[in-house]
Order: sequence, then C-alpha cells, then structure tokens
Amino acid sequence: MNGPLILEGEACLAGARLFPPLRLTLQPGKWLTLLGPSGVGKTTLLRLIAGLPVAAEFRGQITGARPAALMAQDPGLLPWATVAQNITLGPRLRGTRPDQARLQAILDQTGLADHAQKRPAQLSGGQRQRAALARALMEDRPLFLLDEPFSALDIALRHRMQDLTASLLRDHMVLMISHDPAEAARLSDHIYVLTRAGLQQVSPPADDGRLRPRPLDGPDTRRCEAELIALLMAAT
Amino acid sequence: MIRAALIFCTLIGIWQGVIWLTALPPFLLPAPRAVAGALWSHRAELGAASLRTGAETILGFALGAVIGIGLALLMAASAFVARWIRPVVVISQTIPIFALAPILTLWLGYGMAPKLAVVALISFFPIAGALYDGLQRVPAARLDLAQVMGAGGGVTLFRIRLPSALPDLASGLRLAAVLAPVGAVIGEWVGGSQGLGAVMLHANGRMRIDLVFASLALVVALSLAFQALVSRGLAARLERFAG
Repeated sequence: MNGPLILEGEACLAGARLFPPLRLTLQPGKWLTLLGPSGVGKTTLLRLIAGLPVAAEFRGQITGARPAALMAQDPGLLPWATVAQNITLGPRLRGTRPDQARLQAILDQTGLADHAQKRPAQLSGGQRQRAALARALMEDRPLFLLDEPFSALDIALRHRMQDLTASLLRDHMVLMISHDPAEAARLSDHIYVLTRAGLQQVSPPADDGRLRPRPLDGPDTRRCEAELIALLMAAT
Repeated sequence: MIRAALIFCTLIGIWQGVIWLTALPPFLLPAPRAVAGALWSHRAELGAASLRTGAETILGFALGAVIGIGLALLMAASAFVARWIRPVVVISQTIPIFALAPILTLWLGYGMAPKLAVVALISFFPIAGALYDGLQRVPAARLDLAQVMGAGGGVTLFRIRLPSALPDLASGLRLAAVLAPVGAVIGEWVGGSQGLGAVMLHANGRMRIDLVFASLALVVALSLAFQALVSRGLAARLERFAG
C-alpha cells in the first residue's frame, strides 16, 4: 500500500460522455484537490475510488486501490448514537472492539472530549463536522476521501475546520473534492480541475512545501486562486 | 383536553337535538340518556365484553406488528424476495375482511384465534408498508459510510437502516392502531359469543338499540384509548429514539 493509487478510464452517463479518458494519480502522503463545475463527474471519481456504487458506467481500471475513510458535506452522523458511538461506528459495524485509548486521543485532537456522550442534535454545525472528521480518523485507513467536507460551513468555521483537518491529515494520502479555489490553494499538494475536456493540472502555490494550511496571504496563493477561478469560469 | 370535551358535548348535543326535532321512536334512535342507562344497567356484561375486545385488539395488533415488521425486513433484505412477497401482500388486502372472517372462524373455531387473525390481517399491512418505505429511504450518506467501513448487508440493515426507519415504523403503527379495534369487532360480529361485537349483534337481534349504542360508544372509547396508547406509548418513543 505504499505505491500511488491510479485511476485510468472514462465514464458515460445515460449514453452521454461524463468525462473523457483521463488518468488521476494519488501519491502517498500527498493531498490532491479536485475542482470543477457541478455535474462533471468529480463525485463519481471519488465514489469509484471508494468502491461505492455509481450511476455512471465506468470503463477503465483503478490500481493501488486501498481501504478508505470517507468524509462528506453531510456529516452522516447517526442521530440515535452518542458522539463517541458515532466516532467508533466503523469498528462497531465490523464487530471489533473500538480502541478506547485511540478514541480518547482523537476526541482530544478534535476538541470533542467534553461532548463524547452527547447526541448529534446537541452539537453545533462545526462540532458535527468535527465528529465526522474524528470518525474518519478513527478508521485509521491509508486513504482519506473528502467530498466537499467544508462547503456547508460559514467562512470562519470553514477556515478553522481546514486548519484542523490539514494538521491532522498531514502526510496522509488525501483526495478532496471542492468548489472553493481558496480552499484548494491553502491545503493541496496537487490541484486538478475536471471539465468536460478532461483533467487539467494547476500548480499549487510555490512554498517550501511544509506549511499546511498555507497562509491566506501567502506569496503565491493569490496567483493559484486566480488561475483556478479563470479555469472554472472558462469551463461553464 | 378541553377541545376533546367540547367535541364530545357538541356531538351529544346534536344527537339530542335530532331526537327533539324528528321525534324518532327510541327503537330507531335512542336518546343519549337511554344509552347511558343501558351502559350502567349492563355494566357487568359490557365491562367483560370490553376487556375481551381490548385483549383481542392488543394481541392481534402485536401479532400484526411482528408479521409486518418481519415482512418489511425480509423485503428490504432482498429485492428478489420483495418481488415475490409484494403481490401476495397486496392481494391479502383486496380480500373483503367481512367475507374472510367467517372462513377464519370455520378454520380456527369460535375462540379468540380467528379474531386475532382478523386484527393481525388488517393491521400488518400499514406497518409493513410504512417500515419498508422507510428502509428504502435511508439517507444516502449513512449507507455510503457503512459500505466504505466494510459493513455487511445484514449489519447495515439492523444497525443503520432499521433505526433510521423507526419514524416510518411509528407512523405505520399509528395507522394500524386505528384499524385494529375495528378488526376485533368484525371478528366478533361474524362468529363468537364474547366481546363488544357479539353484544352488539345479540342486542340488535333483540331490538335493544340502546344497548347497541352503548356497545358502540365503548368501541369508540376503546379505539381512542388504544390509539393513544400506541401513539404516545410506542410510536413517540420510536421517534424520539431515532432523533
């Protein structure tokens, strides 16, 4: 599981082409962000890599596939379970005993230690998203799949969640779907824009490669954002 | 509570008004006071009959709930099973219950069994239908998570889909609770010597319309009480659990 994950292929939806033949490579320890207009197949790509059913017909192959942890815009918390039970959902569904020390560490990291016994309805929107992040961390999988995880949050919360997620997922293989050029510029090691024409790579802001998330007013962050916005506008 | 009392008094008032206006003879439409008198003078018989009908309602409803929940889970577990069971379930509801009840009595005797069968038969359908719909409409995010986490179909059904569908089960139970006492009375009406349906049938034959109305009033009271019991005691709890 140390090699890259490579998706190669094309997809059709109801007879019409969804995306043309393309090749997407996820590198170990790197954060890849995929942007693009709605309905172009970004989530289809993510679901294919997750092994989830898709409506589209995919012709191609995925090499280096590995178990993933999922975090989406909808936190998908079970309303009848406590925060701690939600975070340990994976082990509980697989019938294995959750690692309590690990749970405690993750509760501390995500600032949920005081909320472990609450139900999701008692949490704020930001806390719910942190619980979803904690649940993904608890899975301890070699790949993190994030499908617009921050897009329902207000701007301040979104930045705090980005900071937290970037620090906790550092050096993990990550694929994030996003609509937000600023988010992509702040968090990513690799950035791609998916359009009807295919995948286009955009170079992330130049930096020493270690500071994550990058500062908003970093030297090259604005350039990267502007480039992404121009590409997205040209695509629609 | 005040509204319920007002509705009750208004209905009684309309009833009394109709009697004053039309001067109908008591063997066609007894006055509220005559019905109250019959309730009191037959209190022992009516009390025993109410207990009997109540027991049939509760047991038959429980049987119907077990069958309905079981069928919904079976259909949700397998699309193949669902394709074969669905038509049978629908056909079971096209049979007029009044025609089936005497046959059930023929098969199951004059005891409680055929009444339980009638109650179960009319209460399982809304329960199975509502729960099955709920099991098919679980938020996609929860199902995606379960699959990525490596949960099998059975675990997903019982740990994710069933709890998610509890509010739908609650509405099915509420609906079935309205029908269940009617089923018990139908079962008693077509065959049997106990219960409010049997009391009504005999009183009707003896032209004791006041007693028919008294039994009818008890059926209504029993239905309302059972509905409240299921709705507040059972359905509301399920909804609260599922958040």
